[in-house]
Amino acid sequence: MILVIAEQRDGKLNRATWEAIAAAQQLAGGMPISIAVLGAATGAVAQELASAAVAGIVVAEHAALAAYTPDAYVAACSSVIESTNPTFVLLAHTYQTRDFAPLLAARLRKPLITDVTGINGTGADATFTRPMFQGKLAAQVKPQGGSPALVTVQIGAFRADAVQKGGSAGTKNVDVHIDAASIRQQAETPFREAKQAVDLGQAERIVAVGRGIKSQENIPLAEKLARAMDAEVAASRPICDNGWLPMERQIGSSGQTVAPKLYVALGISGAIQHLVGMKGSRTIVAINKDAEAPIFEVADYGIVGDLFEIAPAIIAELEKS
Amino acid sequence: MKIAVCIKQVPTREWQPRLNDQKTWIREADVSYEMNEPDAYALEEALRLREKHGGEVVVCSAGPARAQTVIREALARGADRAIHVEHDSLGAADAFVIADALAAAMKDEQFDLVLTGLQSDDQGHGQTGVILAERLGVPSSTIIMEVQVEGTSLRVKRELEGGWFQWIAMPLPALLTIQSGINQLRYATLKGIMAAKKKEIRKASLPDGVQPSQQIVSLAVPTRSKQTQMISGAPADAARELVKRLREEARAL
Repeated sequence: MILVIAEQRDGKLNRATWEAIAAAQQLAGGMPISIAVLGAATGAVAQELASAAVAGIVVAEHAALAAYTPDAYVAACSSVIESTNPTFVLLAHTYQTRDFAPLLAARLRKPLITDVTGINGTGADATFTRPMFQGKLAAQVKPQGGSPALVTVQIGAFRADAVQKGGSAGTKNVDVHIDAASIRQQAETPFREAKQAVDLGQAERIVAVGRGIKSQENIPLAEKLARAMDAEVAASRPICDNGWLPMERQIGSSGQTVAPKLYVALGISGAIQHLVGMKGSRTIVAINKDAEAPIFEVADYGIVGDLFEIAPAIIAELEKS
Repeated sequence: MKIAVCIKQVPTREWQPRLNDQKTWIREADVSYEMNEPDAYALEEALRLREKHGGEVVVCSAGPARAQTVIREALARGADRAIHVEHDSLGAADAFVIADALAAAMKDEQFDLVLTGLQSDDQGHGQTGVILAERLGVPSSTIIMEVQVEGTSLRVKRELEGGWFQWIAMPLPALLTIQSGINQLRYATLKGIMAAKKKEIRKASLPDGVQPSQQIVSLAVPTRSKQTQMISGAPADAARELVKRLREEARAL
């Protein structure tokens, strides 16, 4: 069977869980699927997930799971895996999964394949597609070392709306064994640094800059292009890391996720962490000196060339009319 | 405080992928290498913690002989000494193999704190640090943006998605995976480069019986999910054509 580990916080389901369920249904090839829900009070989440066409919902409730810690989650997942004996364990590749899934795999001494974007074949013979070398290459990989194999799926790679619904999955409780003394981390309440002044999610057009802009002195060029296009300025992570633009203008897995009408990627190579934040944009323009840059894989229009020549030319063209 | 920093040598960002004949790995002869960027931030954080709390910074790397270049660079930036698990197979090894190799070489050192980058720019599993924590028997936390050490306890700021953060406390010894941008990197000075030549690099061998956890069946340049219209020509011509298509075809302007 295939076990999907759902993600929830304070009784609210992380939508990426549906993408992991869609991946499980694609992988299954007749194998039954169960969804595990971990937490202190999971009733509503378990009920929501029961609408999926799966064999069952496995509930693992424990007071120690109220706030997420990797140690408690690994203990709980180990109990669930032991009692369900799955061939595959699927999770969404969220920051929480990245925190505990390698620990779970290391403790079980079982393979873990992360950031999967595609599944080829079904059941035990399946291979998994995942990016390597910053997305410049895609690898087909196969787990080695027995079952279960743990697999995390990239956010946005599988469609939540593709999940087959209409199930009447029963719920089963699993006793989890968590020794309070074995939890070494203490988690405080999540917080936001500052109220975000710009909501890039509302922008109709975005001009985003990446490493290709080379230095802080060149940021005004991007701002000028944005003004000419009636767009907001945004950036990939390295630009914000360097302090060239504020963190609140960062697009990607650690920043904002946007889907504007027009997204212009200026000197952005297109690392996966950036692509997940913008690939839903309606029209994507990529301008990059490197014809092999992964950004061109998601672009509708591409120009290979020097952005310091092309951006001023676009500004001049827009100012003509 | 005795701090270990794990670093990996990876192809440079400018490198254009070329595959071997079997299409199962890259053609290493064509590659120029550099220090994995998140690891460089981990190293910088270790140097800052040493400046504040005293102690030593030990660079640990598992890789082929060529990895010595980035080990020397880390020593030049200020690390005190290094451990190099050296084996030809480690250039293409998966996270389990690298973590097991590092754990065997590091366990007798009794480090107070181990820092790694959150993932590597080559295979990008994002697993090595956390598996290493388990093998060393210490707690871990990942994607860290701030580190506070007080006595034998640690408080760290963990990044969550979409601009959220969370403080996590745990006892030392511990392992943290560091997010890019946690600090501003320093570069090696000439004095540092000279001093690095005299610093110790302890060689360790790959322990027997280390098992890979996955096999790369094939590698390829990814297939495009979209049909990209490439616009060529001189900058002014390309700009005119782009604006025209954005207005008339995509109706995005």
